[in-house]
Amino acid sequence: MRFGVVIFPGSNCDYDTFFVLKEVLRQDTTFLWHKDHFLKNVDCVVLPGGFSYGDYLRSGAIAKFSPLMREVGEFAAKGGIVLGICNGFQVLLELGLLPGAMLRNKNLKFLCEFVHVRVENAQTRFTHKARPRQVLRIPIAHFDGNYFAPPELLRKIEKNNQVMLRYVDEKGEATEEANINGSAASIAGLINKGGNVMGLMPHPERASEALLGSTDGRVIFASIIEKFKHD
Amino acid sequence: MKVRILVSFKESVLDPQGQTVKNALHTLGYHVIKEVRQGKVFEIELKDISEIEAEKVVPEIAAKVLANPIIEKFSWQVLKEEK
Repeated sequence: MRFGVVIFPGSNCDYDTFFVLKEVLRQDTTFLWHKDHFLKNVDCVVLPGGFSYGDYLRSGAIAKFSPLMREVGEFAAKGGIVLGICNGFQVLLELGLLPGAMLRNKNLKFLCEFVHVRVENAQTRFTHKARPRQVLRIPIAHFDGNYFAPPELLRKIEKNNQVMLRYVDEKGEATEEANINGSAASIAGLINKGGNVMGLMPHPERASEALLGSTDGRVIFASIIEKFKHD
Repeated sequence: MKVRILVSFKESVLDPQGQTVKNALHTLGYHVIKEVRQGKVFEIELKDISEIEAEKVVPEIAAKVLANPIIEKFSWQVLKEEK
């Protein structure tokens, strides 16, 4: 399977993501430059974490106007697989490929720590290798991860089973304390209605090697790779 | 022509930064402060454009770029020339 990791000015998880896909999971992986106009025939586009354009205006707000993002939009519309991690998730929200928006964390702090998230929907191409309601230990690192959607939109998202991950405690309970950034309905990850675009605030690429303290993030990449084999 | 565009959170959206500012003002003894909402101000200079054209362009860029309509609202005004 061929992966493309997008680099925006200010991306800082691009090499981590590239390393995990290429060296740990042994996939054909290439970088995609935000100013390019073609996707180099990749099967999956990954928008990595970081601070594209310095988070100017709003997180992800400028990146959505990059020439490459027009291609990514068309790719997604045709069913292409797109994964947005952290800042990549923010870009997908700004682009409107995923519903809702991000606000500043409720405690106004930049949060950089391991959290627990529960797999809410284990029947998608991004999560099918996980057990239903499996609790994953994956780090977060963000300032704007406080997910917001107006009540009627939130109801739709829940009804369509678009919530992929929720912040929980170690036991898998979605407590207020575990909802570290104040997200609506403790949402940490979402999928689009078509099932081909996913965004998540935790960094699975930082939890893909035992040396780094957790391999729970691999389940996301492994799901994508395995499903693609059977497509 | 110069315009000023004000972008702020919708009433239905919690503004933790505004709340923190309010709390700080209360700590300083300004108990007359009831509510604080924080926003962004853009001052934009437009070239060779009539006010009628501006009325089309300004809301367009505000909705498309400057504000995220899911969480933010905007208002704008033409600034008087300083001469």
